Amino acid sequence: MLQVMLADTAITPDDGSTAGSRTTPATVPVVRRACAAAREMLVRVAADEWNLDMSQLRVEEGAVAHAGKRLVYAHLARSKQLTAASDNTVPRGVPLTKTADWSVLGRTLLKTNAREIVDGTHRYPSDIVRPGMLYGAVLRPPRYGALLDSVDLTRGKELGAVVVRDGEFVGCAAKTSYEARAALEAIRRTARWRTAPHPSSERLGAYLKRRAQRSGGGRRGPRRRESGDVEAALAAAGTIEASYEIPYVQHAPMEPRAAVAEWDQGRLTVWTGTQRPFGVREQLQQAFRLPAGRTRVVVPDTGGGFGGKHTGEVAIEAARLARAADAPVSLRWTRSEEFVWAYFRPAAAFEARAGLSGEKIVAWDFAAYNPGTAGIETPYAVPNVRTQYFPCDAPLREGSYRGIGAVGNNFAREVFMDELAGVSGLDPLAFRLANLDDDRLAAVLRAAASRFGWSQSRPSGQNRGTGIAAGFEKGSYIAICAQVRVEGGATEVERLVSAFECGAILNPRNLQAQVEGCIIQGLGPALDEEIRFADGRLLNGSFTRYPLPRFRDVPPMETVLLDRPDIEPAGAGETPIIAVAPALANAVFAATGRRRRSLPLQPRAN
Amino acid sequence: MARFTIRINREERSTESPPNRPLLEVVREDFGLTGTKYGCGEGQCRACTVLINDLPAVSCLTPVSSVDGKSVTTIEGLSTGDQLTGVQQAFIDMDAAQCGYCIPGMIVEAAALLKRNPRPHRSEILDAMNPHLCRCCGYRNILSSVELAARALEANDA
Repeated sequence: MLQVMLADTAITPDDGSTAGSRTTPATVPVVRRACAAAREMLVRVAADEWNLDMSQLRVEEGAVAHAGKRLVYAHLARSKQLTAASDNTVPRGVPLTKTADWSVLGRTLLKTNAREIVDGTHRYPSDIVRPGMLYGAVLRPPRYGALLDSVDLTRGKELGAVVVRDGEFVGCAAKTSYEARAALEAIRRTARWRTAPHPSSERLGAYLKRRAQRSGGGRRGPRRRESGDVEAALAAAGTIEASYEIPYVQHAPMEPRAAVAEWDQGRLTVWTGTQRPFGVREQLQQAFRLPAGRTRVVVPDTGGGFGGKHTGEVAIEAARLARAADAPVSLRWTRSEEFVWAYFRPAAAFEARAGLSGEKIVAWDFAAYNPGTAGIETPYAVPNVRTQYFPCDAPLREGSYRGIGAVGNNFAREVFMDELAGVSGLDPLAFRLANLDDDRLAAVLRAAASRFGWSQSRPSGQNRGTGIAAGFEKGSYIAICAQVRVEGGATEVERLVSAFECGAILNPRNLQAQVEGCIIQGLGPALDEEIRFADGRLLNGSFTRYPLPRFRDVPPMETVLLDRPDIEPAGAGETPIIAVAPALANAVFAATGRRRRSLPLQPRAN
Repeated sequence: MARFTIRINREERSTESPPNRPLLEVVREDFGLTGTKYGCGEGQCRACTVLINDLPAVSCLTPVSSVDGKSVTTIEGLSTGDQLTGVQQAFIDMDAAQCGYCIPGMIVEAAALLKRNPRPHRSEILDAMNPHLCRCCGYRNILSSVELAARALEANDA
């Protein structure tokens, strides 16, 4: 039996974080090298057992075979030669199977834990149960920026709960989560807070630009890159300009942050859902002044992350409660806590300027405020380019997200490209191709357009329109053609055709699910999602008020996966999202003649 | 506090509990059946779907007192022994799970649908499944799984 262990800092190597679409390019080659070495060792055992030369043997379906004889891996792995193997008996540099000879990679394989998922026995962090375990609940400030003035813990203790106060941290642990919540409620009623002014989500773009950090350096400081002479080229060509904005959005993974913490004689073990197990271990070490050897983080699974689970706040909270209770504690954030207190995908503003000479872009001047730097550079061939990035003093806690900066940067860029196409008089597809010398990006554009029938007569009028957008990020390429119908304030996506390429395809069905799931998830921030806040409170932090894509929102969609066996595979989970919003915004423009420069496209007030 | 007796997954169990405690927490914390998931606590994602007297219900909004003496089926009770139900097998065959957290609720819903309507139209499947949220947005494969299970059911009947 093959067991896949996601992460256990006591057992597994530190392969960094599940982020930046790095798992495929960074982890897959390592796993492949390890598998190749293991295969070599198994074949050697079989060769010894049969007294044959290794070159006479084949491997197939989990066994070593020769002339009708088979020895399965499980049998070979029990040989003394292997059980006594040490690091220095592991062969180095065993050649990997060439892409053309792949028999396992390149094929659809189902998950090894599918059965446990469908019969309900698969354990996510909130499902971990330890002997004597209590359930926790944590007191949250009523507003952003509020500080605890005073609180009376007695009522909570009278209800039989373990109550902890440590500075701003107040939490309860009890035999059931109901009792923990009841104790916390009793305490909450006694809490007095000092509040501070907090901005609102209205006019957020202007707010961010006012609070942009325009000078200074360092990794987190502003950035500027210039090639050619942008000002001169703009002056000669004439300047076209536009500004764009995106709001905050929340990841809202199905399983909110959850952790089970257990102390045993000064050793801490935490089961939690995180994309950064060793990073969370470090956070725990700092919080409790523990050495690495006494701190263990186990990731049973994550229950969804989308860039939202890099941090270990819930692990620290569970560990604080467990230390005070002298018992294991399970803490799972409520949906409301996950909305309000988890970090957000940054809101951002953009200023774009360009100059055209005929169908060519001769100058490109792009300034991004706060989205993150991913995808900030234009993939189009332009002789004079200036790119500026300004981090901003932001009103909410911010962090990673699926595609992160590339989502906003590509939205602004690809809508601006549509506007420039309009000025040039060229069709949006032809304009992009005229300004591209990246064959892979051109290939996905052509593939999506061809499947969509872009060059045939496309539906227009009666509030129907079609739009196209493309993008490159983290080693992979996406192009999307969309058809929409706009009725009142509602935008119905009638058809979505995408083409995606990330090098050699490892697992076609899994790739298709990643790409399509990513695109459907992207419909949310494109059409509906927008975190709103005022006076330090979130106004729509619940599934009732924060609309997310559901079954009926899935449009008719077709996905073309381009296989490039000659190119090392890149990750696929993030890039597809970056073309969704601009393709839809451009389609809305084609349908209505109204240029949309901010998201979401169908904002609603509630 | 009061004593409540529930016939859960064909077995009589009882628990001491405040009457307004959510069934979800009783099932997970008292009975150790963690296949039923918390997603929102507001009945909006349906990850916590169970069957009460064979009808799907959101256990996060169901007070334990309201199921006293009733029969409750969770994802763990859907199959008997090692034999998966057709719906479960279809979810495996279609590789429907991404993170998988929403899947138990989806399966319980789909099983109830196919029991009351073994040959649902696509629109009837959508009506039943639409209230369920999947943040990986694996909706297309989930839908195909339910359709596959329905076809398999039909083939078995024929």
